[in-house]
Amino acid sequence: MVSRKIAVVAALALGAAACGGGGSSSTSGGSSGAPASSAAAAKPLQGTKIEIAAKWTGDEQKSFQKVLDAFMAKTGATVTYASTGEDTGAYLGPRIQGGNPPDVAVLPQPGLVQQYADQGALKPLSDAVQTQIDQNYTPYWKELGSASGKVYGVLVKAAHKSLIWYRQGAFDDAGASPATSWDDLMSKTAQTLSDSGTAPFALCAASGWTLTDLFENVYLSSAGPENYDKLSKHEIPWTDPSVTTALQKIQMLFGKKEMMLGGSSGALQTDFPTCVTQVYGQKKAAMVIEADFVASSAVQSGAKVGEDAKIMPFPKAGDTDPVILGGDVAVAMKDNPGAMALLEFLASKEGGEVWAKNPGYLSPNRNVSPDNYPDELTKQLAQTIIQAGESVRYDMSDLAPSAFGGTDGKGEWKDLQDFLRNPTDIKGAQQALESDAAKAFNK
Amino acid sequence: MSSTAPAPGGTIAAGSADIVETAKAPRQLGPSPKMAIGFLAPALILLVAWVIYPIVYSIWRSLFGSNDSDFVGLSNYGAIFTDSSTLTTIRNNIIWVVVAPLVVTTLGLIFAVMTERIRWATAFKLILFMPMAVSLLAAGVVFRLVYEQDPDKGVANAIITTVHDAFASSAGFPGARPRENDQAPAALQGGAVVTKGATTLVPLVGINPQTLASAAQAGQPPADGGTVWLDVVRGGGGAVNQIDPQEKALAGLTVEALSGGKVVATATTADDGTYHFPGLTKGSYSVRLPADNFKAPFGGLTWLGPTLITPAIIGAYIWVWAGFAMVLISAGLAGIPRDALEAARIDGATEWQVFRRITVPLLSPVLLVVFVTMIINVLKVFDLVFIIAPGSVQPQANVIALEMWRVSFGGGGNQGLGSALAIFLLILVLPFMFFNIRRFRRDEG
Repeated sequence: MVSRKIAVVAALALGAAACGGGGSSSTSGGSSGAPASSAAAAKPLQGTKIEIAAKWTGDEQKSFQKVLDAFMAKTGATVTYASTGEDTGAYLGPRIQGGNPPDVAVLPQPGLVQQYADQGALKPLSDAVQTQIDQNYTPYWKELGSASGKVYGVLVKAAHKSLIWYRQGAFDDAGASPATSWDDLMSKTAQTLSDSGTAPFALCAASGWTLTDLFENVYLSSAGPENYDKLSKHEIPWTDPSVTTALQKIQMLFGKKEMMLGGSSGALQTDFPTCVTQVYGQKKAAMVIEADFVASSAVQSGAKVGEDAKIMPFPKAGDTDPVILGGDVAVAMKDNPGAMALLEFLASKEGGEVWAKNPGYLSPNRNVSPDNYPDELTKQLAQTIIQAGESVRYDMSDLAPSAFGGTDGKGEWKDLQDFLRNPTDIKGAQQALESDAAKAFNK
Repeated sequence: MSSTAPAPGGTIAAGSADIVETAKAPRQLGPSPKMAIGFLAPALILLVAWVIYPIVYSIWRSLFGSNDSDFVGLSNYGAIFTDSSTLTTIRNNIIWVVVAPLVVTTLGLIFAVMTERIRWATAFKLILFMPMAVSLLAAGVVFRLVYEQDPDKGVANAIITTVHDAFASSAGFPGARPRENDQAPAALQGGAVVTKGATTLVPLVGINPQTLASAAQAGQPPADGGTVWLDVVRGGGGAVNQIDPQEKALAGLTVEALSGGKVVATATTADDGTYHFPGLTKGSYSVRLPADNFKAPFGGLTWLGPTLITPAIIGAYIWVWAGFAMVLISAGLAGIPRDALEAARIDGATEWQVFRRITVPLLSPVLLVVFVTMIINVLKVFDLVFIIAPGSVQPQANVIALEMWRVSFGGGGNQGLGSALAIFLLILVLPFMFFNIRRFRRDEG
């Protein structure tokens, strides 16, 4: 999820490169050469080669490499990291078809776990890995990585999606203050900002997933966790009145062109990191509704997290305080000891704490102490996840089949973009969502 | 076809029959059949492995659903023609095929004929041919920037807005509006600001006070008029609907006095935001600020919006391929007999007539080859659309080749439907392929 940060153009270029069969970069493996002779017995996987594919690039890849290095030093295995590019499905699909999948893959959506499990492309996790999961995760997360009763995946990296980032300078100029309810956010905070001549929101509507994140927060808050679970599984239709209520709340934002920078047409051309630049770089807007990973784009735009780039929890649009996580699920695509050992390490407290000491990482592992994180903000976020415990929900669009919840120009992404384009037609939006969902879920 | 000359594709058996018939002919002209097979084998193996087998497998795969074990017959092909988003891709492909090859060939012809006449022809051709050296992916990235909405970033809109502003400059305060609540003394009516009844104060909001730093302070309303000012204080605070000391005036706005629905007087706000209606009784009129005062500056065209996206991408495509067409056509132009042109000129034909009646007919074989090659090329367009169209307009810009990739690998995971789309695309391309091959053969013969 987090590599969505990359400018869309660069990401597309990466995706295309991955298509061509490239994009695989070998790690230096510096740790496996010299100490090979010292203690063969202590390193059970000496000489084993493991390939892991994930979508992280740049700093995230560097942080993850530290974890792999620790694993290699511990076990003696050689781990090769392959970048899948922006579109993990497009990278893995041909490799699965060709009978040459990586040993371990990190899927950006649990929806893919179900999809690949149905295709028989995944191997059930060994008992050792499951023990780690039972120790370190609440049952909700275990269920998330399971398909038809078998445990296939472990959530290794989380993203906190119930945040609104704001620019302190804009709030000071307008005399606005963070809101605790959606209605206040719209009628007080945003209105005050708009009156002062600053666009309240920079929406990144060209990246459809930002709109699904917004919808999910509003829906979880207004309809409650039970309805949220039902809608996630398509047990209630998208034409349900609870969806109408949520879309009416969103209409308060979408329906007024002063609410967003450039009106809906401008917003629909703005992709994800650009909207953060509009807030913190160009200082044209005051707020951006997205997850914790906004931080790195904000820093790139010259803002200081905690001083001018601040967060407020996503305000209540109903009775529930929404806490929604995204995250990446690691799965085994080959059943071998190397793959299982790597997954065991990633699911463990030990692996999580190595990772947590590096920037840009948030662990869903409840035994990874928040003290490991390098900055105050991440500590805070980690605590909210641990405290929320059972009531946290996973990003709904990522739970859906990716044809509905995760494809550019299709399904929920497209339907919410169309709703932004034509915000008066709630009924039409619901019907479009329902017909696309029905198609994707019946497959 | 006559019996003496075996067809180019004739079988080896037919060739040996010829040898038996004409006993006096030299024993063998070419290598022995065995040797021929030996030499053909590598090419044949590659052809089978990389062309024939994938096509056959795609046809086979297209009869199955997303899971390659459930047979669905022809229903994938039915889905192509019933799904509205796939129909959009077909519509877009038709637009592409109708517009792009014609424009590319025409531009190529114009450039080729022009460059014959100019001194620096080689340099000119080199520049026009340059985009061919850029990968389509990079060209897409470049044009994504060219078409940016913000004139500060996108070259296309920078040009358009510059030209536009040379003729019509924008004035006033775009974005300024009254507060939206019942206490506000004015409200929006069709873009204009109209006061609710008689008032002397017209407070507006929606402008950043820092942009008005150099403006004068708002003055108190005069006896025969009122004040238009920005009712916003930096950092919040200030009395709403009251003129506070640090609040700035909005100068240069047109103000109309309305009485009984008619404009009875017009004035312009002074530097301190005040306006005067001498001769009108105070309280007998309401005030209207026409919409012209708040017109947003012209921001150029929304190239990357749903309506213009396909023409915009075709523009990028033309930029890449026009140079290629020009090079092919000017090669053909070099082969035209000069005496035909000279004869026409001596007979008194104008240059246009020479071009119409001599050059174009003599060039027509080359033009046709370029045109048909472009059609084939355009049918499988993928990368430019993939890169230039933002996510929100991908559905409107989508083409068959991109849809094929998306449904098979890009999240859809339905390689059955993807294969069906691939075969559909192959069927569309085939007639043009045959046409081109037949032409080449005729030219060789």
